[in-house]
Amino acid sequence: MTSAAATGSPVDGILATASIVLSLLIAIWALVAAVRHRAPDRLQFVGLAVLEVALLALTVVALVALGGGERPGEPGAFFGYLVTLVCLPPLAWVLARMEPTRWGSAIVCAVCLVTPVVVVRLQQTWEVVGG
Amino acid sequence: MAEQRATNRGPGRLLIAVYILFAIAATSRAGLQIATKFDEAPVAYLLSALAALIYIVAAVGLARAGHTGRRVALACCSVELVGVVGVGILSLADRELFPDETVWSGFGSGYGYIPLVLPVLGLFWLWRTRHDPA
Repeated sequence: MTSAAATGSPVDGILATASIVLSLLIAIWALVAAVRHRAPDRLQFVGLAVLEVALLALTVVALVALGGGERPGEPGAFFGYLVTLVCLPPLAWVLARMEPTRWGSAIVCAVCLVTPVVVVRLQQTWEVVGG
Repeated sequence: MAEQRATNRGPGRLLIAVYILFAIAATSRAGLQIATKFDEAPVAYLLSALAALIYIVAAVGLARAGHTGRRVALACCSVELVGVVGVGILSLADRELFPDETVWSGFGSGYGYIPLVLPVLGLFWLWRTRHDPA
């Protein structure tokens, strides 16, 4: 879907790919927990923390690129997605802490399914391919 | 505060989480569209803003539980359902009316039809918890 090998896109690399894969892994793990009537376990919270670190690193890379004079295709949307992105794992964390039941795991699963979509949208707003 | 099975417990909390996600998505989208290109499609962008507001109020209503919260959530979910079905039909019938996408265009197809499912789940959840102490 996204054009691979985008030269110079700071949000299209190993860090973004790792974030997407990690997020999906957490989503699957959380789904299994929810189906088995399990509350969010330590692994889900550790996963969310690692995911947040990866997303913050992605943000730093993007900001460094911006500092170096590079510009996203749609600046407004890019920053919107970037801010939203780093808020997602903390949102899942807080809500999952409030809900120590299977539904807490379901929340982690839902948020971790949304996160990869936001990463991909972030990549699309950096490079505008014909709108 | 809230007893068991009030609207802000269990599945309700998942529902609130999804409402928060949609509130963020719709708010940022509407804010950006109105700020940068309002003249292109004012109707669509104002509709996006309205949808955003409804998602926020619905999330708050569900989270607050209680009598007032339930009423607020009921009103929001109803308006949402009417909105997504109405705009869905209108956007199919007359493309001119909504030249740019909104959250509710094509029955929410741009968002995996979740905007269509969400109010139904919300209404179902309010119905399920109708006898619970708030």
